[in-house]
Amino acid sequence: MTSVGSADFIRILPELVLSGFALLVMMLEPVTPAGKKTVLGWVSVVGVILAGLAAAAIAFFPGSAFSASISNDGYSVYLIELLLLIALLTLLGSMAYLERDAIDHGEYYALILMATAGGAFMVASTELIMVFIGLEISSISTYILAGYKRGELQSNESSVKYFLLGSFATAFFLYGIAFVYGLTGTTNLDVIRETLVNSPSSANPQLLWLAVILMFVGLAFKVSTAPFQIWTPDVYQGAPAPVTAYLSTAPKAAAFAVLVRLLIGSFGHVASAGPLIFWLLWISAVLTMCLGNLAALWQSNVKRLLAYSSIAHAGYILVGVTAGGAEGTSSVLFYLGGYALMNVGAFILVAHLAGADERRTDVEDFTGLAADRPGMAACLTVFMLSLAGFPSTVGFFAKFYVFRAAMHAHLTGLTVIALLNSVVSVYYYLRLVVAMYMGEGKTQVNEASIPRALGFAIAVSLIGIFFLGLFPSGLLSDLTSLHVPWL
Amino acid sequence: MIPLSHILLLSVILFTLGAAGFIIRRNVITVFMCIELMLNAVNLAFIAFSRRLPSLDGQLFVFFVIVVAAAEAAVGLAIIVALYRNRNSLAIDDVDSMKM
Amino acid sequence: MEILLLLMLLPPLAGAALNGIFGRRFSHGLVSVIGCGSAGIAAIFAIAAALTSHLGPDTPPFVHGYFTWIQAGSFRTDFALYYDRLTLIMTLVVTVIGFLIHMYSRGYMEHEGGYYRFFCYLNLFLFMMLVLITAGSYPVMFVGWEGVGLCSYLLIGFYFPKKSASDAGKKAFIVTRIGDAGFTVGVALLFWTFGTVNFPELFPKVAALGLGDQQHTLTAACLLLFLGAVGKSAQLPLYVWLPDAMEGPTPVSALIHAATMVTAGVYMVARSNVLFVHAPEALKTVSAVGCITAFFAATIALCQNDLKRMLAYSTISQLGYMFTGCGVAVFSSGIFHLMTHACFKALLFLAAGSVMHAMSGELDMRIMGGLRHKMPTTFWTFLIATLAISGVPGFAGFFSKDGILAATYSGPLGSPWLYWLLTITAGLTAFYMFRGLFMTFCGKSRVPHDLEHHVHESSSKMTVPLMILAVFSIVAGYVGIPEVLGGSERFDHFLEPVFGSSQNLLASNGVAAAHTASELVLMIGSLTAAGVGILVAYWFYLRSPEIPEGLATAFSGAYRTLVNKYYVDEFYNWLIVQPVVVGSRKFLWQFVDTGVIDGAVNGSAEATADVGQVLRRIQSGNIRSYAAWVLLGAVGWLGYLLLR
Repeated sequence: MTSVGSADFIRILPELVLSGFALLVMMLEPVTPAGKKTVLGWVSVVGVILAGLAAAAIAFFPGSAFSASISNDGYSVYLIELLLLIALLTLLGSMAYLERDAIDHGEYYALILMATAGGAFMVASTELIMVFIGLEISSISTYILAGYKRGELQSNESSVKYFLLGSFATAFFLYGIAFVYGLTGTTNLDVIRETLVNSPSSANPQLLWLAVILMFVGLAFKVSTAPFQIWTPDVYQGAPAPVTAYLSTAPKAAAFAVLVRLLIGSFGHVASAGPLIFWLLWISAVLTMCLGNLAALWQSNVKRLLAYSSIAHAGYILVGVTAGGAEGTSSVLFYLGGYALMNVGAFILVAHLAGADERRTDVEDFTGLAADRPGMAACLTVFMLSLAGFPSTVGFFAKFYVFRAAMHAHLTGLTVIALLNSVVSVYYYLRLVVAMYMGEGKTQVNEASIPRALGFAIAVSLIGIFFLGLFPSGLLSDLTSLHVPWL
Repeated sequence: MIPLSHILLLSVILFTLGAAGFIIRRNVITVFMCIELMLNAVNLAFIAFSRRLPSLDGQLFVFFVIVVAAAEAAVGLAIIVALYRNRNSLAIDDVDSMKM
Repeated sequence: MEILLLLMLLPPLAGAALNGIFGRRFSHGLVSVIGCGSAGIAAIFAIAAALTSHLGPDTPPFVHGYFTWIQAGSFRTDFALYYDRLTLIMTLVVTVIGFLIHMYSRGYMEHEGGYYRFFCYLNLFLFMMLVLITAGSYPVMFVGWEGVGLCSYLLIGFYFPKKSASDAGKKAFIVTRIGDAGFTVGVALLFWTFGTVNFPELFPKVAALGLGDQQHTLTAACLLLFLGAVGKSAQLPLYVWLPDAMEGPTPVSALIHAATMVTAGVYMVARSNVLFVHAPEALKTVSAVGCITAFFAATIALCQNDLKRMLAYSTISQLGYMFTGCGVAVFSSGIFHLMTHACFKALLFLAAGSVMHAMSGELDMRIMGGLRHKMPTTFWTFLIATLAISGVPGFAGFFSKDGILAATYSGPLGSPWLYWLLTITAGLTAFYMFRGLFMTFCGKSRVPHDLEHHVHESSSKMTVPLMILAVFSIVAGYVGIPEVLGGSERFDHFLEPVFGSSQNLLASNGVAAAHTASELVLMIGSLTAAGVGILVAYWFYLRSPEIPEGLATAFSGAYRTLVNKYYVDEFYNWLIVQPVVVGSRKFLWQFVDTGVIDGAVNGSAEATADVGQVLRRIQSGNIRSYAAWVLLGAVGWLGYLLLR
């Protein structure tokens, strides 16, 4: 028996802070007068910042906690900070939106905090059951968030779809865990790796890979790789835009983190993995990229277009996972960071421009925006260019590092397919830009000036996009030297 | 003593029934019940493995799963109530206003 | 030293940021204090760096990497700055003239909208230009290169509601992109061949080669780099953007399109001198392009009636001189002319701006005349600059132009035809510059009555920079008095550490001009040309103004060709723009967009191969079918597991 000590609690300090603030917000909610709920948003912002400081602090206490179910290493600290950044930008981008659409209740902020805490548990956990619990904490919170506009058909539909299909996929994930447990007697990823590497014949390989594939299905659903991407466009389109900003980045980053720990960190080391995991990832990557980009070409709704674009990006990230090794892992982590900056920025800006009740989300509604609101048009252009991967934005280096890792892993074919895909993607990103700059006449979108908090969030993401787009080496070299045992 | 393979077979059958039910049934509540069925199939597998190994962890995990499933049910039913209020219908095929 | 360089670079960036973010709320005074102050601080630190650098004849260039900028496999570039005597001269020119133009802009832009925006762009430009000239590697140089291009684009289109202004901005952007593509490919070629694009590693590597090694690669790389220079420095055939760029505010024309940015190409060629001397064919191309451009642009300038456009063509022509100087492998003569030209051409533009200010924006010289009495300071400074550009002895342009002319005849790669063509061009230059001077300032006033009373001398905010630049336009030449006139060619000797090894390489390989002539004789040739040009201009435009009209009718074909700038714009329009427009309309719009894409979207159910239809069927919106897809995926993967 191992006893629980204070060191255990210190190593989950960020999650504790998040959960504490979530509870605090829930308790303050009834005593906060209507119309003043934004205060709770600021309380949550403080919570996120404190959690960020806590995460920075626990970086100095590496080690495992709670009987090795939590691993506090560079990998988890980076991802926790990333999730917190996403939460921060989403919170800042949501406040004015919630007031505008008259859905400003305190639960919203608490749910964002809880979803983030769940995600943080997922990325820090080396214990499959712990991963499952984190996954469910984050999923259940986001099911509610997707349907946050209760009375609105599309938001509600988004929630129902996400909830039913999400639970369906989670069952597969859990079934996979059950089989791993049955075959190895443990659910700890580190122990599994050691057992399987040291005595490869201890488990029936066919059943073992069956278990891995079941878990892969669950995670692939969360990161929306083909053919498990099917829910993504509907859910992203229906959910309130700031929620979509969060949905398209935070759970995705957390699920990718688990996928990497699972496939590269644990089962990738098993001798009988052979070409199975490789082709699993390779085929998924190709399908996901092609499907996302092809479908995006046909979209006229900006939110839906960005949803397909996020599927395509998941495909690029899978290219990095396929490459594997330290280089592939660091490129994936870099990509997740850059992708979060540009996607959250794009969605919260679109949330503002779409106007009350998000009535104007068609590409055509953005026609002529540059003439009326040059600043907003310029910001949105930067997000689009970064998503398309233009140089001097983070999108360029994100793709560059992933493709380079793939080339170094001798995945020439995959890299060529990925490059062709990113060329195709330029078309639909630029379509929005062209509409904004070339169109004549009065723009259809919301002309209200940017609220201060939203402006701040957009400024942060723009600075991040350009900073990492011009000086990517610092972050990448940090990510390359994470010192995790499984690389 | 019942062999492990028998219990696992039952678990697989239950899981498949749940998955098939999800696709075949047309009422949202029933579909939701099918998910519960799948989760319970998993629980059965956990307990079977736990008895075989022998390790108590598996039985412990079942409690986690039950708690999570309860939370999920609470939220899920709330979402379904909202669905009913919006559409006055629980037919899952009606929920398709967003598509390509 | 590394701190000094940062202190020189960062103030303009900080100024741009401050004015860009908060400028809207600042008063005009504060904006100009920030804008001019940061430029002034940059100038002070440029001078301080020059004074404390102690670059002896044998000291290696100062190089400092601040941080690793890009690391990708074997490709590694630090954000490194490079400081040698060439950088020293360039930083001084850019910061000092930049500072004066900032000061001038306070007066010029006083009543214009977007005052803070203007200073923000101007400061940003200064920063980017400094990055360009202090860069320690081609990638860093490229950042500055693109940065100045961006600022130039923003500033040309400054009056963006005006269609011609935004069109001109677009034109500049597209045309220079062609050059930049060449530059990028050239740099990639260099990296591919030598494994590095950092100056401190690349140049010694190339210098260690003998003449003739890697000849083809280096020639290709140099030609590609030169293509970048052709775009940026507006040489044939990519010069068309510069005259249109005059749509921007006049201080911008002076700073960017005369004194600094357009000379970036010349600087880049001079900086890469080690590469170019290993590719003599490329160098010959440089001198040929430069020389022909110089002549060609000068002939167009002869018949321009718009004061600023005339100056723009004159800039193109003078840039041609600089390239010719570099092309005959006497790089110091090109840089010398770059420096003096920066002084007098900035002065010409600023004086033109002063005239424009007085004439309420009018630039047509045909309705000017006699402004001398109303604007004495502007007149005298314009006169000094005109004397300088015409190469009248005693003024800056004389020494530097003479240096290039001497080099074309007796330089390592010189040849007589270069000399003769440039000498004729010198005559043309003198003619059109004095034509402009006479038409604007002398003779009888042709100013319309309603404008007449408005004409006035500009405020001291504008005239003081003019006077300072006038002083420079005289004295800048005295740093490089040629030997024949009793000087010691100090400028050439000063730059010897930078260019010496290149020149020695050519000398030691026996590449030397077969033609030697006394520099004095050559000088007399160019003086004669200038004298004739001035006299003819005097005769035509002051003594008997009816002659030019008579000539124009007599040679109407030639005259019209010149007025229409050889129809080059029309030619490009016919050759490139129209096919692209038609192509995009016919192919992209009618075929791809209407035919393919719309067809796919609206495609009927029979079109089974229609991707859109397939996607639509998959994305049905039905939850149960979605679940079926998830299940299908899972079963598919399990099937793969069983069957593999």
